Amino acid sequence: MSIVEELPAVPSPAPVEVPEPNYLNAGYTLRSWLLTTDHKRIGILYLISITFFFFVGGAAATLFRLELMTPGADLVESETYNKLFTMHGVLMIFFFLIPSIPAVLGNFLIPMMIGARDLAFPKLNLISWYLLVIGGLFTTWVMLVGGVDTGWTFYTPYSSTYSNTYVMVTAIGIFITGFSSILTGLNFIVTIHTMRAPGMTWFRLPLFVWSSYATSLINVLGTPVLAAALLLIALERGLGIGIFDPALGGDPILFQHLFWFYSHPAVYIMVLPAMGVESELVAHFTRNRVFGYKFVAMASLAIALLGFLVWGHHMFVSGQSYFAGVVFSALSYMIAIPSAIKVFNWTTTMYGGTIRWDTPLLYAMGFIGLFTLGGLTGLFLAAPSLDIHMHDTYFVVAHFHYIMVGGTVMAYLGGIHFWWPKMFGRMYPESWARFSAILIFVGFNLTFFPQFILGYTGMPRRYHIYAEEFQVLNVMSSAGASILGVGYLFPMCYLFWSLKYGKPAGPNPWNATGLEWQTPSPPPTENFPITPIVDEAPYAYHHKELTH
Amino acid sequence: MSDTTTAHAPSTLVHQFDDIEQQRLADTMGMWLFLATEVLLFGGLFTTFFVYRSMHHEAFIAACQTLDMVGGGINTGVLLCSSLTMALAVHAAQSADRRKLIALLLATMVLGLAFLVIKFSEYAHKYHEHHIPIRGMAFHFDGEEHGLDAAHAEETKLFYGLYFAMTGVHAAHMFIGLTILSILLVRALRYPTTTENYMPVEISGLYWHLIDLVWIYLYPTLYLIDLH
Amino acid sequence: MDTGFRIHPEQASTAAPQVDALYFFLLGVSIFFTVLIAGLIVYFAIRFRQSAKTTRRPMEGNMALEITWIVVPLVIVTMIFFWSMSMYYDMSRIPEDALEIHVVAKQWMWKFQHPLGRREIDTLHVPAGRAVKLTMISQDVIHSFFVPAFRVKQDVLPGRYSRTWFEATEPGEYHLFCAEYCGTSHSQMIGRVVVMPQAEYQTWLAGGPKPDEPQAAGEALFARLRCGGCHGDGREAPKRGPLLAGVFERRVPLQSGTTVTADEDYLRQSILRPDARLVAGFEPMMPSYQGQLGEEEMNDLIAYLKSLGHAAVPAGANQP
Repeated sequence: MSIVEELPAVPSPAPVEVPEPNYLNAGYTLRSWLLTTDHKRIGILYLISITFFFFVGGAAATLFRLELMTPGADLVESETYNKLFTMHGVLMIFFFLIPSIPAVLGNFLIPMMIGARDLAFPKLNLISWYLLVIGGLFTTWVMLVGGVDTGWTFYTPYSSTYSNTYVMVTAIGIFITGFSSILTGLNFIVTIHTMRAPGMTWFRLPLFVWSSYATSLINVLGTPVLAAALLLIALERGLGIGIFDPALGGDPILFQHLFWFYSHPAVYIMVLPAMGVESELVAHFTRNRVFGYKFVAMASLAIALLGFLVWGHHMFVSGQSYFAGVVFSALSYMIAIPSAIKVFNWTTTMYGGTIRWDTPLLYAMGFIGLFTLGGLTGLFLAAPSLDIHMHDTYFVVAHFHYIMVGGTVMAYLGGIHFWWPKMFGRMYPESWARFSAILIFVGFNLTFFPQFILGYTGMPRRYHIYAEEFQVLNVMSSAGASILGVGYLFPMCYLFWSLKYGKPAGPNPWNATGLEWQTPSPPPTENFPITPIVDEAPYAYHHKELTH
Repeated sequence: MSDTTTAHAPSTLVHQFDDIEQQRLADTMGMWLFLATEVLLFGGLFTTFFVYRSMHHEAFIAACQTLDMVGGGINTGVLLCSSLTMALAVHAAQSADRRKLIALLLATMVLGLAFLVIKFSEYAHKYHEHHIPIRGMAFHFDGEEHGLDAAHAEETKLFYGLYFAMTGVHAAHMFIGLTILSILLVRALRYPTTTENYMPVEISGLYWHLIDLVWIYLYPTLYLIDLH
Repeated sequence: MDTGFRIHPEQASTAAPQVDALYFFLLGVSIFFTVLIAGLIVYFAIRFRQSAKTTRRPMEGNMALEITWIVVPLVIVTMIFFWSMSMYYDMSRIPEDALEIHVVAKQWMWKFQHPLGRREIDTLHVPAGRAVKLTMISQDVIHSFFVPAFRVKQDVLPGRYSRTWFEATEPGEYHLFCAEYCGTSHSQMIGRVVVMPQAEYQTWLAGGPKPDEPQAAGEALFARLRCGGCHGDGREAPKRGPLLAGVFERRVPLQSGTTVTADEDYLRQSILRPDARLVAGFEPMMPSYQGQLGEEEMNDLIAYLKSLGHAAVPAGANQP
């Protein structure tokens, strides 16, 4: 990829260096941030807000992992424990994982990757951020002062009739945030369709753009159904309209159908963007074109579409018919195939590359390993005969944390390290970063691997008090969680430090291909001095190496 | 395509687009996608309704008979007319006929308001009949009149709950639609050059048509289910 | 109950070894692929590190490889699918001769009722070597009956019966958990399942306080609620309501023109919401008993209705 004009040369050292205009120094007032329509600034706003939600959700997890060190109730009462795991789930899923990669990296990168000046609807983009923050702060506040104890799944009739906690306001908070995902997804789809630079054909798009496109499709098609379900719960609680109340002839299982119709695809909202980041990291740090580019791109779309057809595998023991069980099981196995295609292609991409052991590569390798294990344990749960035993046990908890934390969070951190120099023009400290990447990998496995065993042995999830024989594994898990917690604090500190003290990065510290690296770091407000013209496929490292 | 094109573009072109064609394409596509999300939002509600309708057939039929079929029918006509005036307004905007645009926007808004007035008089009627299944309000459904026992009369709450949820969400969309139309109207009154960019009218028109379309499905679903 | 540290649950039912076989097979598949992938990425990362002197002949794509890693996983998952499905089929078919125990779940308690009427709370005694069928209903929210040692779990729903079954093999005591989050004391909604040899179970069943047998209690309810006024007392043809003798599991023609098997769910519905599925040829005149019967009373009443299957059917009684 090339741009028409060479970048202006850096002026020779001068006594007073005047920084080039970029999106960061375009304005320093709070107003210039809160009313910005620049996709890069909005990306940074998202970064700050979801980091906040991540640490609040993490604090809840820290507390209940401490509580779970012993079988009895020592630290907190059951009411508090139930509120803690609900808070952890709600904040992490709706306010951290779902917006994480799409809203932070997607906002920052998609326009640059396709050679556009901004997203199609910049004001709408700002509104989306406000919706997330309003919904998130509202929900966080409700959870801190009152609390909700239904779990993030809000199963009826417990949530609609029996719980004495703040279900309605939480549902409203999530409802508001849902519009944030819908509008962000809409913005991305339109941008990717209409604003690609000249020469940027569909199969020249970086794979991150492909996976963001697939994610946005799910956002746009799935979220409204969750909105409908939450709306009905809010009406039921607020006004006493008994939609899911069996006493009135309502059907609590219908809620589960509506809920999982969105919330299973939501799992792919969380992991597809991570797969996109993974493709970028593997390509750039092995200096290879992603093996089987078209297969990887199409696998994203296949996952997005199949993801809408497998919700019933959450309900194998809810009393659905044998036939429904067969169909949902078969469809769930189908979705294993595109995931397997991706894993094999990433692995093969490494073959014959020139591999640089930088931090993003460590995260990328961690992602492949953990996602593979997370995906394979999904095969257990897609079999109804095994799921009957494993449903609602810690096996499920471990499985989805391997995908969500081992997969998504690993890729998110890898992506943050990779694009950090682009975002702020500074390098992060490499050795600290490698150390924390390893710490996080070890801490993660120690936390969640024991939970697979716990689950198969029979420990149900959401148990505050548990049988004695589960204690050893719980202690291991809690010990791992403390390592993991420290592991997450490190990047927080050294990345912050690097904003001021980091080595200046220059436009392309990784010598990477991709339009985003062809512009200064931090990029100017308009992204490119001149609209780039694309004349080759992405990840053209061999071509590049030859010309050098 | 470089920055120089931006300078010569019409003033309605926003900075992130290269030309007005690209902007129109993006705007239209954005609205269509948004309409898709609306269809799915109502889809969830319609699914719930049809599941319950099959589970509680008798109660739903009986409750349906208490709805004002004529009022709903008139409202259907009102909305269809408003769709026509909206379509004509889009045409007027495209053919740069500002006076016609203002007149047609006004007509659409009047019809929209008429719809809401009829709708709320229906709600008021339901209130007097004690057919609002909200906590704290007396609910009474005369089961005997419709050949229902007490338990079935109780189930009509489900019908009314869904009736109010679905028509309420629809009415909320009407309010949003009317707000958008009044913005368009103010814009048309203030700026003589308004018709240079007909995109806002066109995409608002799409939204208005969707609200109408939803009603076209709501009306038979809620009011006419007992007709065989 | 063995409360020592363990990494595998006890096997105490006929399903357990089958479930474990598939589990261990999948464990093997998982270990194989995890080791394969992790091994390859570490090997590539070392062999092709930047400083290494090695031949780098990168590939951009290879159709044969792509097809291989589409087909091989497809074959493996298809195999798992059919294995799992044949097992799932057996697990969802309740044996005809199973011993039936009624379960009522409520926040945060399990209530059991045995065939001869013996009731217990949070402890379930079952015989070894005999299929046991549970007919379960919840009084409030969704619960889930979970015995890890039996590899059995089934959600217990309000407003409708759900069923599951198991055949215990090893006498002993096992955990019973509620697996579906059901509110504040969810983790205290636990109990134990005591598996006893057949003979011992029979003795146990006969022991304890002598409650009314479910069908006797049901008969009393039947009288108290004056069901006989319309449905007759079993000796003569009823005038206004359908004959109840032998109603259980009979095919009943409905007003709507279809027929339904009068199972527990149908009987329960017909008591609570009589004209939801009205029997053909009758007026919708029966009042609803919604709110007048607890789930346990409902069980008794249905037990009585079932027992009427053995009563003499008077000749010429109107057949609904």
